[in-house]
Amino acid sequence: MASLDGARNEAPRTSLLNDPVIRGIVYQIVVGVLVVGFIVWIVNNTAINLAAQNKTTGFDFLWKTSGFDISFSLFPFDRTSFYWQAFLVGLTNTILVAVIGIFFATLLGFTIGIARLSSNYLISRLATIYVETIRNIPLLLQLFFWYFAVLKAMPAVKDSIALPLDTFINQRGLFVPKPLIDEGFTFVWIALIVALVGWFLLGRWAKARLERTGKRFPVFLAGLFGSALLIAVVWLISGAHLTFEPPVLNRFNFKGGVELPPEFVALAFGLSIYTASFIAETVRGGIQAVSHGQTEAAQALGLKEGDRLRLVVIPQAMRVIIPPLTSQYLNLTKNSSLGAAIGYPELVNVFTGTTLNQTGRAIEVIALTMLVYLTLSLTTSAIMNWYNARVALVER
Amino acid sequence: MTDFAFVRSEMTAAQPAPNRSSGLVAWLRKNLFASFSDTILTLLGVLFLIWAIPPLYGFLIGRAVPPGGTVEMCRVENVGACWAYIASEIEFFIYGFYPMAEYWRPNVVFALLVLLGAPLLIPKVPFKVINAVVFFVVFPVVAVVLLSGGSFGLREVPTEQWGGLLVTLIISVVGISLSLPLGILLALGRQSKLPIIKSLCIAFIELVRAVPLITVLFMASIMLPLFMPQGMTVDKLVRALVGVTLFSSAYMAEVVRGGMQAIGRGQYEAAQALGLGYWKRTGLIILPQALKHVIPGIVGNFIALLKDTSLVYIVGMKDLLEAVKTKNDAIEWASPTQSVTGYIFAAFIFWVMCFSISRYARYWENRLNTGHKR
Repeated sequence: MASLDGARNEAPRTSLLNDPVIRGIVYQIVVGVLVVGFIVWIVNNTAINLAAQNKTTGFDFLWKTSGFDISFSLFPFDRTSFYWQAFLVGLTNTILVAVIGIFFATLLGFTIGIARLSSNYLISRLATIYVETIRNIPLLLQLFFWYFAVLKAMPAVKDSIALPLDTFINQRGLFVPKPLIDEGFTFVWIALIVALVGWFLLGRWAKARLERTGKRFPVFLAGLFGSALLIAVVWLISGAHLTFEPPVLNRFNFKGGVELPPEFVALAFGLSIYTASFIAETVRGGIQAVSHGQTEAAQALGLKEGDRLRLVVIPQAMRVIIPPLTSQYLNLTKNSSLGAAIGYPELVNVFTGTTLNQTGRAIEVIALTMLVYLTLSLTTSAIMNWYNARVALVER
Repeated sequence: MTDFAFVRSEMTAAQPAPNRSSGLVAWLRKNLFASFSDTILTLLGVLFLIWAIPPLYGFLIGRAVPPGGTVEMCRVENVGACWAYIASEIEFFIYGFYPMAEYWRPNVVFALLVLLGAPLLIPKVPFKVINAVVFFVVFPVVAVVLLSGGSFGLREVPTEQWGGLLVTLIISVVGISLSLPLGILLALGRQSKLPIIKSLCIAFIELVRAVPLITVLFMASIMLPLFMPQGMTVDKLVRALVGVTLFSSAYMAEVVRGGMQAIGRGQYEAAQALGLGYWKRTGLIILPQALKHVIPGIVGNFIALLKDTSLVYIVGMKDLLEAVKTKNDAIEWASPTQSVTGYIFAAFIFWVMCFSISRYARYWENRLNTGHKR
């Protein structure tokens, strides 16, 4: 409608009722008044309802002792801890399962997405079956399946199923060896950082030389072997020890090792499997979006197979893949809230569940929970917008 | 001076194509054994199938207890799926606690859904407008009156007694048919040049898309009663419906907006040049093209909504998943494979619905693919 602005400088021959600009203002005032009125009505109702139920409002409850236990947390928490600590435990548990889920979903998703494009009939069919099956079954149902039907049906502790690498699985979860490192390891960490920085500098030098003289340097191989050599030498000299403490079956339970509760295993596993099917589709779409002419043009320029992929196809495919991939990561993070249904103590379970029930501060608790997810989403989309602007096609 | 040594006077018979480029051997060679690494992949795939299929067959069919079997048959060592359990509880999975004497009412609704819905989905059937009016206006009223009763001499059945597939279908059908128009309105608002309307729509869309459905459902089930005037209660089912519809409409809005942005400026300008007003321009020129572009996205949202209906379980609604989970814990059919069987059954139902929607969408995409093929 604003495109008619120019015409308004001429004498308007229409009545005020038909003037699009004035109409627009009227519409907006009407909508604005309705929305404000609606909000006032809701706030008023809520205040009356809360007063009738003798409920207080405010965030002071965060500094009261919680009085409940959380089965799984990264830092100490017990019934004498405060509600804000419960909030933090929920938040860290959400982030923990999201990070692990994202890692495995990416690995599996890229593998299956590429497999779907394979020229091998059997492989591409198997990948298609995976995607079409997993995508069309609700995540909550899959979580129930893994948790109630698979993990809860595992044998009792004394009949644990032994997996390779000293790992055991039973009703109480997954038991994996715990890596133990001594003080000497500080030097190894320093060596690792030095090696990575060196690798990065080597890459810059090689690129500068390539542009100056046209001579290639095998950065990847040199970097890999150089880093490995440096770390190995430092490791040997510093006398650092890396040992694994395997879980050992006692009379009643495993001792030592790391115990991953079944809720965590089921949630991480289910989220990875489910999200991988969507990531696979994203990857497939991204690779197919790069037209075949690009590959042929690269061939005509005389690029080698590896360079063709690395310099021509993958950068263009990534431009298509990355935005939907990030939204899949966000979806995974939001879907981790389904852990509440199988008892994994993440944000929604700890906060919107237990804390809300105990304190009755519905509005504050739900607002805080939504704020967390809102922050996560908005941060991610801000980063995405920055990235999109960076990689966007610059056209004439 | 020409001197032909030989001139053929008739055609020779065509020879069969060489073995290497057609037929089974060539197909195998091209698709399964094209190179050394390809052969290894194929062998790995075959090994996987050999490892996976026999146990799967044994569990689902071979060692399974067919419908009509008894609990004792399901309790033996190393038994397969207990289909007898599904068969004996199927009514609960479909109707929940709906009174048994009144099963004909949901049945009529199911039948109407199919009878009115199917002609709407098949392009060749005439009377689309009448059909649509009946389906979207008359049918919901009839369905509500029939299911909840309390009038026309029907016994009243409160929504707490509804359950199973019935509730899943109600939430998905209502959600799907309300979220698309709502989403279109939100998308139009977001594209609008009126700042207040635009910012309200953006705020709503971004807020809803940023949070998980569970929190929206919690909000609908816990806070909606607080928002209402005193003494006014909202039915639990309606609360879930509001939550699911609002949630889905925000996603729908973004899909529709994507389609609208894909349309060239020339279309808007041409419509303006023809003297069409805003609503005619949008309804006749922009939306038909925009929606056509984004059918895959819209259907993707429908499928997501159908799957998301299972989340209402968390706020205490009794949908299909809840019915299966309740019966999985029931003692009468307690057996080693009871819960696996239950979940496989529920997964299969959801899979059939979602997969057929996506196939139907593929069909429409091909039908509407007018002149955009390369």
